[in-house]
Amino acid sequence: MAIAYPLDDSVPTRRWRTLVRHVPLFPSLILVLLILTAVCAAFLAPHSPTEGDIMRKLVPPAWMARGTWDYPLGTDRFGRDVLSRIIYGSQVSLVVSLLAIGVAGTLGTLVGLIAGYRGGITDAILMRLTDVGLSLPTILIAVVLVAVSEPSFRNVVLVISLLLWPRFARQIRGETLALKEQDFVALAVVAGRSSAWIVSRHIFPNVVPTLLVICTIQVGYVILLEGTLSFLGVGVPPPNPAWGLMIADGRGFLATAWWITLFPGLAMLLTVLAVNLLGDWLRDRLDPKLRQI
Amino acid sequence: MIMYLIGRVLQTLLSMLVVISIVFVLTRLSGNPVHLLLDVNATQRDFDLLTRHLGLDKPLPVQYGIYVKNIVQGDFGKSVLSRRPVTEHILERLPATVELGVVAMLLSVLIGVPIGVYSAVRRGGVLDSAARVFAVLGQSLPPFWLGLMLILVFGVILGVLPAGGRGGLQHLLLPAFTLGYFTSAAIMRLTRSSMLEVLGTDYIKFARLKGLHEQIVLWKHGLKNALLPVITFAVLLFVQFLGGAVVTETVFAWPGLGRLILESITTRDYPIVQAGVLVLSALYLIGNLLVDMLYSWLNPKIRYRSTAG
Repeated sequence: MAIAYPLDDSVPTRRWRTLVRHVPLFPSLILVLLILTAVCAAFLAPHSPTEGDIMRKLVPPAWMARGTWDYPLGTDRFGRDVLSRIIYGSQVSLVVSLLAIGVAGTLGTLVGLIAGYRGGITDAILMRLTDVGLSLPTILIAVVLVAVSEPSFRNVVLVISLLLWPRFARQIRGETLALKEQDFVALAVVAGRSSAWIVSRHIFPNVVPTLLVICTIQVGYVILLEGTLSFLGVGVPPPNPAWGLMIADGRGFLATAWWITLFPGLAMLLTVLAVNLLGDWLRDRLDPKLRQI
Repeated sequence: MIMYLIGRVLQTLLSMLVVISIVFVLTRLSGNPVHLLLDVNATQRDFDLLTRHLGLDKPLPVQYGIYVKNIVQGDFGKSVLSRRPVTEHILERLPATVELGVVAMLLSVLIGVPIGVYSAVRRGGVLDSAARVFAVLGQSLPPFWLGLMLILVFGVILGVLPAGGRGGLQHLLLPAFTLGYFTSAAIMRLTRSSMLEVLGTDYIKFARLKGLHEQIVLWKHGLKNALLPVITFAVLLFVQFLGGAVVTETVFAWPGLGRLILESITTRDYPIVQAGVLVLSALYLIGNLLVDMLYSWLNPKIRYRSTAG
């Protein structure tokens, strides 16, 4: 069935290799650092992220007058080490975004492939559903959904996925529509292949670059959304060291202990910035048509 | 054209129905508000009486039917806690949210348009590069954190602006900037590309040949024509501010609708949560609908395509 593939095997491999060679340095460095931090949190963090020493609460960062190198970025109102909480917090951001994008990406890709390949009434129904999903005011709906269904790790992931899948579905459907008209699909139909075979073997591999771009671009959005939910008290529940939660914790101490708020926010900013820069670059490389989104 | 508009209106109604259903189902699935309203000494009889009084004893589909009917008639019920009509609570808070949204929109246009024009004129210059950094940062800043940092700098360290609450213009500056920062970056990029397109046209070349002052060419002939997409976009942004109001209002203790919703979630005052989310979503959906209509009217490409199809 080699004839059914639009490209011979060596071309995509070469494409990926050139891609890897030109990865922008700054964002990829930050991301690698972040993933390492999340994976090795237990070894890197000097203190427990949830247990504090109440005798040493609100200690300022090391370089300030009362600071100590025991707590490089200071402690919060329960005497918990801010640095250790930021280190463990990277796990929350990373796991939530991986899971949410995994769920939303799978669902959205399925809907997009089916709608695009089937066409007709299936397409009409699925796309109306997608349009409704895209038209909802995301943050507002997310707040209400999580708040009412009890804030928990699982609910945060589910709600974010629920609000995210239409973004995948719309784009993947467009790609599928274009691919469906290609000769290699017509040949596969003539060869008597089933729809499931054609979609999974001939169409899906060709939407992977687009899928990859959407995934990367959405990571930053998911991290910000999770942070917002946690900040509003309807996200990952305390005492989990979620960055948004830490920022909310520090709110009452802005005047006296600004470090509780400043550092987790910086961690979030750097992470999202790195992902966005990488996403922009990947989009320009792999799929310049996506520029509008 | 007509078919396109009818389709869009139906689409908006469908979205609204989905919002209504989501809100209804979820608020009914969460805890029973009767438990919150009665004190510990209440008997089973008090419990049943209140449940019946609030209409919570009827089957869910019936409650849903009654609910949709009431909404269509503009009746959102009474607050479970204050016993005042929900509409009163909403109307009390809505002006603050709209005020914040309008000021944020104006601020992002005031920041975004001039910077956009200059980055278009001096493409690749220092300001253009700075503007690009500003735009990328804007996409990546957690808005609630930006708000708190602004409070830290202007409220705590410099002590020049109030940290929260509603009052005069100085109370509006920080929340409006927090809400508008991200979008001013978007407006800036849009102005830049729109301006670049206009500056390449023949009538701009002609205006320059005529010997007009460069500033007049730029601001009068150039910007006037480049501004159309920017204005439509600004309206769209205002609509999005309404959806994002929950966050900024919480950070700045701004007494708007977003904060009312969050407060009512903690007290499980469902009628207010439902009505608040419905009002904000309705404004959001209608705003988007109006922008789409405006676009299709302004852009002949959409107009012709929909007549043909």
